[in-house]
Amino acid sequence: MTRDQDSGAKQALSGRRAFLGLAAAGLGGVLIAPGIHLMEVAQAAAPGAAPVGASAKVRWGLLIDTTRCASGCSDCVSACNTENGLATPTRPTDAQWIRKVEIKSIQTGRTQSLPVMCQHCAEPPCVDVCPTGASFKRADGIVLVDRHSCIGCRYCVMACPYQARSFVHEALAEQKPEVPRGKGCVEGCTLCVHRIDGGGQPACVEACAKAGHHAMLFGDLNDADSEIARRVREVASKQLRPDLMLDPGVRYQGLA
Amino acid sequence: MNPKFGPGHFYALLSLGLLLVLVGLGSAHYMESHGHIVTGMNNHVVWGLPHVFAIFMIVAASGVLNVASIGSVFGQPVYKPRAPLSGLLCLAMLAGGLMVLMLDLGRPERLIVAATHYNPRSVFAWNVLLYSGMFAIVALYLWTMFERSMNRHSKAAGVAALIWRFVLTTGTGLIFGFLVARQAYASALLAPLFIVLSFAWGLAVFLIVQWAMYAWNQQQLDPAIQRRMARLLGLFVAAAFYLVVVYHLTNLYFARQAAFEAFILRDGGVYPLLLWGGYAAAGTLLPLLLLFHPRLGGPRATLLAAALVVAGALAWLYVFIIGGQAFPLEIFPGHVASSSFGDGAIAHYVPRWPEWLLGLGGIGAAFVLTTIGVRVLDFMPQDDFATLKADAKGAA
Repeated sequence: MTRDQDSGAKQALSGRRAFLGLAAAGLGGVLIAPGIHLMEVAQAAAPGAAPVGASAKVRWGLLIDTTRCASGCSDCVSACNTENGLATPTRPTDAQWIRKVEIKSIQTGRTQSLPVMCQHCAEPPCVDVCPTGASFKRADGIVLVDRHSCIGCRYCVMACPYQARSFVHEALAEQKPEVPRGKGCVEGCTLCVHRIDGGGQPACVEACAKAGHHAMLFGDLNDADSEIARRVREVASKQLRPDLMLDPGVRYQGLA
Repeated sequence: MNPKFGPGHFYALLSLGLLLVLVGLGSAHYMESHGHIVTGMNNHVVWGLPHVFAIFMIVAASGVLNVASIGSVFGQPVYKPRAPLSGLLCLAMLAGGLMVLMLDLGRPERLIVAATHYNPRSVFAWNVLLYSGMFAIVALYLWTMFERSMNRHSKAAGVAALIWRFVLTTGTGLIFGFLVARQAYASALLAPLFIVLSFAWGLAVFLIVQWAMYAWNQQQLDPAIQRRMARLLGLFVAAAFYLVVVYHLTNLYFARQAAFEAFILRDGGVYPLLLWGGYAAAGTLLPLLLLFHPRLGGPRATLLAAALVVAGALAWLYVFIIGGQAFPLEIFPGHVASSSFGDGAIAHYVPRWPEWLLGLGGIGAAFVLTTIGVRVLDFMPQDDFATLKADAKGAA
């Protein structure tokens, strides 16, 4: 190799190095930028919310009066779908955060209709089994999925005794900004946490009242003066699968 | 390397394995870009055929190491020369199984999250540690076997591997055993059941690979060794069958489990068919006959028995994993339930081609790793090397 060729090769090498450096910087930027952008979005969503997190003094819950729940009425389901940007389910791969279940006693033949959603257990099996901690329980008892750390293993779906979790099987469109969802992740009823944090109540509860049934009552089970605490004190109510001792935050009145 | 099995054969086998891996990876990419909608899975059967393949390979990976344990830890001379091959197969099958498991995730690109966010209460998270630890311990074990100066530590490494794989298979069994919600699972029996199943499945895989290695080298396995290993496989198959029977008997005795057992054993269509025809008849009774019948029990019968045990294993796992999910959750005991979300109804599931290809890709990965390992290092059981060398000298 002559000196000219040698210096040419060195230049080429230095050019390649510069290119590789630039490419690495560019790639780094491409990889990191979305993360920074997401952090900005997350922080941008904060201003309206309370500066402190959920309070452990509160235990949000639902009391469902099955004697008032009308068979054939699915206003709670429609309200949930609209509020959270869920399409009307037509296939077993579609997500359902709340569903109407018709039950008939094998012994007596008595029929009842009732909504079933995430029961927001105090001892949630979905939280126990989640390998990454994406399934978690807030201090106020609301059980949620962190969309950023769910790896889509579906172990929580296997573990939930209430079939309350859905896996997102395909890409989604027309999402609600306050209810992030995503293909390949597991999701379920959030108890409309975005409404609760703003002082409101779940969409299903509101829709049930609007329809005139008043079969769903939302409130703080820990607050002795709340309507829900008074009702569960005064009338008989039960949790689904009480034998599992999971202490769900959703209770049913009039369930035989 | 044996001259009778030349580089041409090696590259042909390697290409075949790599092709399977590529097809599996392509299938995983297709599943990831379209979502699990392209599989047969749905919100009621969330673990499908990929889990059947993955769990088979992970459980068999643990069991295949039994051969090494019997040799190194329990000092059986016939098994000792087979310990390296046993270790290699363990690593290869574990890698293949984990590949399928990881690529079947909804978000496989977030695998790093599983390493950086750790929920200590999750059996799945325990298994992440157990699988990584298994790789490290078996690699160390192989090193102590191959490196002459480390040979004296081989027994200690073997004991560590033996204990670790007991814990690992317990962990795999408990992935299901700790599921309180479903009637098919929620049983402490699943941990020992998986351990005994692993013995049978692992030895069956070992015998198939050993047969292939001998056949390609045009060697005959010593009939005494062959009979001994065949009897051991028979013993493991019978022990596993006993635990499966006990599992179902327990369920049959509990009134609350009667409907589930009726579904799995009689009314469930494909599930009873696979359980009785696939696992019990083809995967257990026929292999036992082939292994223990005085007029059978030769190399071909042993190979056929091993292949049937593997087929029976896949059938059993299909019934256990898919059938266990297909049977509806009992949210309202004493009631008949119905809803738009499958309450009270048997879930429908038929595996689709991306699931088959992903599962086969995992087997391809295990095959590639085994082929490369056997080519690069001496995994041919050493007791037969004497014959090989004599042959080579004779030819020269």
